Amino acid sequence: MSALLEFDSVSQAYGTTTVVEAMSFALQKGEIACLVGSSGCGKTTVLRCIAGFEPVTGGEIRLDGTVISRRDYLCPAHERHIGMVFQDYALFPHLTVAGNVAFGLRALGRDTCTVRVQEMLEVVGLAGLAKSYQHELSGGQQQRVALARALAPRPRLLLMDEPFSNLDVDLRERLSREVRDILKHEGTTAILVTHDQNEAFAMADQVGVMQGGRLLQWDTPYRLYHEPATRYVADFIGQGVFLPGRVSGPQCISMEIGEFCGMLPLGFEVGDRVDVLLRPDDVQHDDASPMTATVESKVFRGAEFHYTLVLPSGQRVLAQVPSHHNHPVGEPIGIRLELDHLIAFKHQ
Amino acid sequence: MKKQLMFAAVLAAFAGSAMAEEIVVYSARAEQLVKPLIDAYKKETGVDVKLVSDKEGPLMERMRAEGSNSPADILLTVDAGNLWQASKMGLFKPIKSKVLDANVPAHLRDPKNEWFGLSIRARTIFYNTQKVKPAQLSSYEDLADPKWKGKLCLRTSKKVYNQSLVAMMLSEQGPAKTEKIVRGWVDNLATDVFPDDTKMLEAIGAGQCDVGIANTYYYGRLMEKSPNLPIGIFWANQKGKGTHVNVSGAGVAKYARNEQGAVKFIEWLSSDKAQNLFADVNMEFPVNPKVKPDPKVAAWGNFKHNLINVSNAGAKQAEAVMLMDRVGYK
Amino acid sequence: MLSSARRWRPVAALVSLVTVIPLSVILAALASPDGAVWAHLQHYLLPELLRNTFWLVLGVGSGVLLIGVPLAWLAALYEFPGRRFFNWALMLPLAMPAYVMAFSQLGLFDFTGPLQSWLRATTGDSSWVPSIRSTGGVVLVMTLAFYPYVYLLARNAFASMGRRALEVGQSFGLSRAQGFWHVALPMARPWIIGGMTLALMETLADFGTVAIFNYDTFTSAIYKAWFSLFSLSSAKQLASLLVLMVFVLVWLEQRARGRRAYTQTGRAAPLPRLRLAGWQRWSATLWAGLVLLLAFVLPFGQLLWWAWQVGAEDFNADLFGYALRSVLLSLMAAAAVALVALALAYAQRRDPHAATRFLARLATLGYAVPGTVLAVGVFVPVAWLDNLLIGWLDGALGSGVTSILKGTLLVMLLAYVSRFLAVGHSAIDTAMGRITRSQEEAARNLGYSGWRLLRHVHLPLLKGGLFTAVLMVFVDVMKEMPITLMTRPYDWDTLAVRVFSFTTEGQWEHAALPAVAIVLAGLLPVIVLSRQKDHA
Repeated sequence: MSALLEFDSVSQAYGTTTVVEAMSFALQKGEIACLVGSSGCGKTTVLRCIAGFEPVTGGEIRLDGTVISRRDYLCPAHERHIGMVFQDYALFPHLTVAGNVAFGLRALGRDTCTVRVQEMLEVVGLAGLAKSYQHELSGGQQQRVALARALAPRPRLLLMDEPFSNLDVDLRERLSREVRDILKHEGTTAILVTHDQNEAFAMADQVGVMQGGRLLQWDTPYRLYHEPATRYVADFIGQGVFLPGRVSGPQCISMEIGEFCGMLPLGFEVGDRVDVLLRPDDVQHDDASPMTATVESKVFRGAEFHYTLVLPSGQRVLAQVPSHHNHPVGEPIGIRLELDHLIAFKHQ
Repeated sequence: MKKQLMFAAVLAAFAGSAMAEEIVVYSARAEQLVKPLIDAYKKETGVDVKLVSDKEGPLMERMRAEGSNSPADILLTVDAGNLWQASKMGLFKPIKSKVLDANVPAHLRDPKNEWFGLSIRARTIFYNTQKVKPAQLSSYEDLADPKWKGKLCLRTSKKVYNQSLVAMMLSEQGPAKTEKIVRGWVDNLATDVFPDDTKMLEAIGAGQCDVGIANTYYYGRLMEKSPNLPIGIFWANQKGKGTHVNVSGAGVAKYARNEQGAVKFIEWLSSDKAQNLFADVNMEFPVNPKVKPDPKVAAWGNFKHNLINVSNAGAKQAEAVMLMDRVGYK
Repeated sequence: MLSSARRWRPVAALVSLVTVIPLSVILAALASPDGAVWAHLQHYLLPELLRNTFWLVLGVGSGVLLIGVPLAWLAALYEFPGRRFFNWALMLPLAMPAYVMAFSQLGLFDFTGPLQSWLRATTGDSSWVPSIRSTGGVVLVMTLAFYPYVYLLARNAFASMGRRALEVGQSFGLSRAQGFWHVALPMARPWIIGGMTLALMETLADFGTVAIFNYDTFTSAIYKAWFSLFSLSSAKQLASLLVLMVFVLVWLEQRARGRRAYTQTGRAAPLPRLRLAGWQRWSATLWAGLVLLLAFVLPFGQLLWWAWQVGAEDFNADLFGYALRSVLLSLMAAAAVALVALALAYAQRRDPHAATRFLARLATLGYAVPGTVLAVGVFVPVAWLDNLLIGWLDGALGSGVTSILKGTLLVMLLAYVSRFLAVGHSAIDTAMGRITRSQEEAARNLGYSGWRLLRHVHLPLLKGGLFTAVLMVFVDVMKEMPITLMTRPYDWDTLAVRVFSFTTEGQWEHAALPAVAIVLAGLLPVIVLSRQKDHA
């Protein structure tokens, strides 16, 4: 199976400012991908390059094996058959909900169009609001109209720019699940851009992390979390701390809390000083463990506590502990490491 | 050439052309005063006369811009000052016509025969009959006398009629004397100058001022509308050179397409029949000495015309304007 | 993308030519001043011109603010007896040409008018009444004629955000009055200044009103230099001074408008009006009523009275002909202006470069140039082109041909576009500003481009702005005189031309009938305009 969308060393620059640098990835048909990164990292520009709103200054973008963008060539946006959901929804206030959804369906006959509009409105759960106008809708409803409008012409690819950022937290979580279901139901390939990693994890099959115009890692959420390729990705995705250690064997590192041998070759020389990534779920509470750490602070999360613990050396680690283990601040508790993947970076 | 022809074909849809039979008149004389003549001429001769009305300034500027492609056959305007200016701008061509020579007295036409007066308007003194006796009045110059302090009304100096009057005085009496007279007028003003003669005459009638200077036909029109207004007409300077007269007149355009037709039309305008119509419609005096003025106009009495050729007014117009600016006559 | 954006700059350049060419014709030859005449003008006229223009701009500027802003505030936020009526009726003076208002007011309030005549008849004296033919009189008449621009723009600004501004103010402990001064007024400032600029541009370009009041300004001086002193170069020098002043005015306005984007708020649900209590209720009504009385009821009444006096004479089939031509012409001109303004606004949208913005600014300068001057500026190059074409085509058209473009509707419409582009452009540009970039992109994503993008996205969203532009230009062209005189085809008389014909002879009674017709034809568009929410 060949990829639907391919980025082959794509660069984009305004004058002397480089916004996207030599970016490469591939997205398979039917997959949902998500680009994350702090603001200004170039993720929205990537989306606009795919849509055809921005030219690329190097490399090429291929859709279904055909080049749609390269230096000095730009397939016009309106000929790409790529849908887009905008951050501000960009609905047309002069059209009804149905009119908005039908906007991209001009090639269809009247009857087919009506059927498709109805179908899309049912998919997004707005069948009763076909005759409403934008100003009569809530934020979530407007978002659904924007999605229905973008999906109605069955685009080859759907782009979503911070689609849930204008919604409150509850709605955001619910809608992101719903939208994923809708996209999967329609078999749509999609890329969305967000700065919210929970949203990315909830929606995406593949996640790309960007920083300063570079794609640091393009991977599944699981691997991104557990096997981050760079220290920045490790830091940006999920919680965790870096605990200093020293390489003690071909695949082993010794730290304050003991020596651990991982499954992957580390690529370090014995004796190198390294920092090891410890996620909260890597640190288990075990009263029987000889190793102890003092509770510095804790956050109650219902099913579990998030403890911040201080090791004797003064290093801090995080631990996720079932909530029936309630320990007061200042109490030393036993801990044990459960490492599936040993992730280490050069010591800083 | 082929390209030109194609282009020509496209433009032909737009192109305006002057038909051989029709006459195009550019007129600065108010349209309602010209239209009846055109209608009468068409009725009599079947010739179509097209009219373009505008203020004299823009109209002359227009003819100049059009140059040799101007559709105008005739320029018709009021005031000798304007006619002189048009002549100076080279908008007219000289005409030899026995009919015109016979119908228009020499002092009412251009010495080079570029334009011909068609009606006479006198600019004279009017007074409030309840406040002033005719015996107190004599001349334009007398209105500068301090005895009229706070009693004189004038129209704005921006109107060409006043410019021509002052220009006439300039050519007769020289700049120093004229300036003194006009300054005297300004000192005697009862109120700010008026935008038109009618307003000024009404002010005399209402007693806002005692005396003023206006064209006779404004008086005629006003009295026709309100016969009871206490306004009298006084023929100025009868003991001197006579009352200031001016003309409205016409000339054949330099690039006239239909010169013959244009000459015929002007000749017709100076003829007995048309003269009454031309003058009477606006209560002016005919230029043709054989034609009697309208009875209403005749009732104002006979008076001595200032016989200096009216084209003198034009030559001194700019000087007159500057003089009036200097003494603060707005 | 950049290349396709830049393709729009020539469009803006082309549009700006409509104004730039006539302006260049007027301003050309600046280098060759007519020494003697210019020295005369400089010595005897210029000081007064500057003084008069200063007082006029200051007077009319503050006058339209003093009348327009409080009325807008009342109409937008408060409930008082007659509010619904005044809401649109206060716009009516816009239907009356300023020069008509001027001769009508002069007829009413001058020494010979009914008011002073009555005073003399009853008290024997009216000399204590201040003369209307004075600086104060001109300022008053122009203020009454032009305040609707401020009223309209300020009212819509207040209606969309005034109440919210008050609430914000109250949350910071400001009283209503303080809220008006500290919150609402600064927020609405760009619109208020926009309205004032329109009024001042009209003031600077006005010839008819100042002629009737014999009040010397740059326009009357240009006219005098050109047509009485026959010094075209001095006229051009005066004109360039005037254009310079307009540049300053526009620049000031631009500075004020720069912040407009921040003050634009979303369309909140309309809030209920505040009720005025007790004496305040009726004083609001009284104030609005007084303004309406002076600015419309009395002058229009005077016109009707005059028209009635000569009605039997002048009321005939011809009048309908003039009216029909006026309306047709105004409609065509409005459509032409709207079309060109749309092209200009769209070009600015596609190519948001400073160069395009500058071209747009140039293109809209014609509004502040006196009509007569602009008319000559348009006519001269057209005549030149005609002569060139006729010479080139020579025999091909036949020897009788004297004009190709001159005297055609095309030139007339071009001249109107040159004069009124500013009016249409501001309405359309504002509406354009409300279309977000993402709305355009959404449509392009859905397969729309080029003409279809304009047709299906911009046009429907600009409908309000386009409609406003058409209405405003329609009303303006109905009132316009010098360009119509200069560029109309033979025998093509309009109502304004009739008014001109009679006023030059001081026959105001006869001018009243066509003037009444102009007002009547303008009434409906003005009323519709006042109900349009989507204004600049």
